[in-house]
Amino acid sequence: MRGIKKSFHGVRALSDVNLTVRPGEIHAIVGENGAGKSTLMKVLSGVYPYGEYEGEIRFEGRPCAFRGIGDSEHQGIIIIHQELALVPLLSIAENIFLGNEQSRWGVIDGTATHLKTQALLKKVGLNEAPDTLVTHLGVGKQQLIEIAKALSKEVKLLILDEPTASLNETDSDALLELLLELQRNGIACILISHKLNEISKVADSITILRDGATVASLDCRDTPVSEDTVIRHMVGREMADRYPRRVPQIGEVVFEVKDWWVHHEVHPEREVIKGVNLHVRRGEVVGIAGLMGAGRTELAMSIFGRTYGRNIRGEVHMNGRSVDTSNVEKAIANGIAYVTEDRKGYGLVLDETIAWNTTLANLPAVSTRSVINEGREFSVAEEYRRKLAIRSPDVFARTVNLSGGNQQKVVLSKWLFSDPQLLILDEPTRGIDVGAKYEIYTIIAQLAAEGKSVLMISSEMPELLGMCDRICVLNEGSFVAEFSAAEATQEKIMRSIVNAGAH
Amino acid sequence: MNPTASDTASNPMTTPKTAAASATGGHGKGFLKNNLREYGLLISLVAIMVFFQVMTDGTLFQPLNLTNLILQNSYIIVMALGMLLVIVAGHIDLSVGSVSGFIGAVAAVLMVNHDVNPLLTGVLCLALGGLIGAAQGYWVAFFKIPSFIVTLAGMLVFKGLALAVLQGSSVGPFPPEFQLLSTGFIPDPFHGEGVRVASLVLGIALALLMLVGKVRGRAERVRHGMDNEPWIFFLLKNLVFAGMIGAFSYLLASYRGLPNVLIVMLLLMLVYDFVTSRTTLGRRIYALGGNEKAARLSGIKTERLSFYTFVNMGVLSALAGLIFAARLNTATPKAGLGFELDVIAACFIGGASASGGVGKVLGAVIGAFIMGVMNNGMSIMGIGIDYQQVIKGLVLLAAVCIDVYNRKK
Repeated sequence: MRGIKKSFHGVRALSDVNLTVRPGEIHAIVGENGAGKSTLMKVLSGVYPYGEYEGEIRFEGRPCAFRGIGDSEHQGIIIIHQELALVPLLSIAENIFLGNEQSRWGVIDGTATHLKTQALLKKVGLNEAPDTLVTHLGVGKQQLIEIAKALSKEVKLLILDEPTASLNETDSDALLELLLELQRNGIACILISHKLNEISKVADSITILRDGATVASLDCRDTPVSEDTVIRHMVGREMADRYPRRVPQIGEVVFEVKDWWVHHEVHPEREVIKGVNLHVRRGEVVGIAGLMGAGRTELAMSIFGRTYGRNIRGEVHMNGRSVDTSNVEKAIANGIAYVTEDRKGYGLVLDETIAWNTTLANLPAVSTRSVINEGREFSVAEEYRRKLAIRSPDVFARTVNLSGGNQQKVVLSKWLFSDPQLLILDEPTRGIDVGAKYEIYTIIAQLAAEGKSVLMISSEMPELLGMCDRICVLNEGSFVAEFSAAEATQEKIMRSIVNAGAH
Repeated sequence: MNPTASDTASNPMTTPKTAAASATGGHGKGFLKNNLREYGLLISLVAIMVFFQVMTDGTLFQPLNLTNLILQNSYIIVMALGMLLVIVAGHIDLSVGSVSGFIGAVAAVLMVNHDVNPLLTGVLCLALGGLIGAAQGYWVAFFKIPSFIVTLAGMLVFKGLALAVLQGSSVGPFPPEFQLLSTGFIPDPFHGEGVRVASLVLGIALALLMLVGKVRGRAERVRHGMDNEPWIFFLLKNLVFAGMIGAFSYLLASYRGLPNVLIVMLLLMLVYDFVTSRTTLGRRIYALGGNEKAARLSGIKTERLSFYTFVNMGVLSALAGLIFAARLNTATPKAGLGFELDVIAACFIGGASASGGVGKVLGAVIGAFIMGVMNNGMSIMGIGIDYQQVIKGLVLLAAVCIDVYNRKK
């Protein structure tokens, strides 16, 4: 791809992108959110047809003018989007051959479908029956099915947009392993990812985008490229420190949960949280580490107004006093706030403005006798917009138009305005670019310095190590280890999880 | 709180790209473009009125016809107020027509067969309406049964019950006090020649009151530096609005004055507009419809809120049923038939979104008037009921298509 330019309504999204993928290589594309990675891939895969962009695409030496996804797929270029495009209530086989049904005169050939699916599943290393419904599979396996689907179309260049964003470590590793396997079979691959450690594991070369332009193209086959180099190119400057320095001032115990039991919401016989004890002190940042499915979000949400789970037992104490958190209103009133891991699904009313979302959890504070004072609401929202450096001209911008980092800051504003003593942050930097991450960390550090207690759930261990005073490791609903900031390392945390599983 | 955040870490983001996320627009042309939806509706209503005024050789705006127009649409508008809340909350209520018919029947039986005092009948009927709403809302809100299904069932049930209560025949006429609800006009102590002075004064006072309120509201917002509507638009919009109210009250005053039901309607409109746009309750209903999960995690009792929107809908359906019965002066088994469609259409023409979270009370009212004026105008022009339906259907589709198109831009 050479000199690719693309704009939306006069706003330039890609200004000059060059990308060269050699046959059979794994090529990583990195860049902050909004750098233009997804746009570029949509140009390449024909989502934006020929004519809507400037520049030239050549594939296997020939210039291409794709008019739609069908054209690019025909050439063997297949894109797997971040949001998987599977139909949950159809079987694996039906999904793989959706739109490409093995049929004769419109009648589906069940046997051929089944056999071919079996062969494909074997290729991607998935041990499932072809007629299993996709909805019964985890995200990791669904991802593999997308790849099997691509293989069924004789793919030559596979594009993966953040394939491991929602996978746990084991599934991620399996996926990366599969990419290497495909590479050995001559299939080239473009991998878009935020996770630099994965990239350094598999990529042959790295292209770095910033503000819609290629800023660097690095070959890392022979000489490994350091993460710092990549980050420097991404943000355009040295990032001396990925986490803000903080001097913890830890006080007395503010929040405590005792002997907390939670049962699964859909399968009430399963225990998700098994008699957990946890406390957080004033000004302390406590991290919860653990694999996907360890019960971290379930623990947080069950504490926060019992928004998850059934048969919840146990006690929550705030400042040494047992409190009632049986619904969200009471939890908020008792000084607990929960910042969700899914800001679009559970955090924001996307159609509404920043101001509107900021006050949503604490409307009475901007109202007099249930009548909202718009002036007061405006000044509150303005205040948080400035404090948290939300990048938007004013507080009347609809949140759907904001970038991930700014959306996250709006969610944070909302919960800070509810004036909590304990702030539970669930994956606070998921899907956010490096610069915005640092800002979020700074906010967290500042909150702790102000005497708030922070409980931080994260799948990114470096982030926990960089931010927390104490890290608790949750595995299958129980805490299996606890480390102070000084003693914690990634290896120790991983080992405690593995060892717990071995018993 | 964190002075370091913006200056140490934000360099890559200070490019104008993220700032381009603005959705509120600037001044003049840009503003008009972004708010076309709001003005567009008002402009369409005026355009449709002018169109029919011309096509009917001036019959549309004749005082008698105008009075009829309001009486004919009053019950639709009353129900549209409740329906808007239901739709904004992310639900739908198909039973309102049947419920209003059923309540009309109950009122008739109470007053005619059992000689119950009209006032008491009214109160009982409104309470019954609330109860019906509660019965349906209970399943929708607490058992998560889709409102479409619950109210479809309700539609059948209350259609049947109306027939049962009336035993298949019409019941009437009603005591004169009850008829006043629909056919009464506010009294005129001045006995003006040709023009009902009291009605005119009331209408103009109302227009002025609204103007003053809007100007003060704007001043308040400007003081906080948060108004972005260019003053020329503000002035034009509100002058046109006030002028319309004034002109209408003059026209109405030159016939028999302001109908009682218009006063009821206006009061309800003001209350519902205020509740939806200014109070925490209204805000929470929008949050519920916009993103139920986020609303729930923000401490909003989403289930209870859904429930109350249905209770409210039930009460307003009952009121509409009473108004309709009073207007016909008899309760018939066919009363309320198909009303739900007009009510729902009014909300969607008025800009409500079928997926919830979006819609304005005044939009729904204007939507109802657009339907009403079209009904009335086409009838005067002598277009048959068959093609009236076709045209109304196409207008509904067009309105929603334009709305969706605008939103995509």
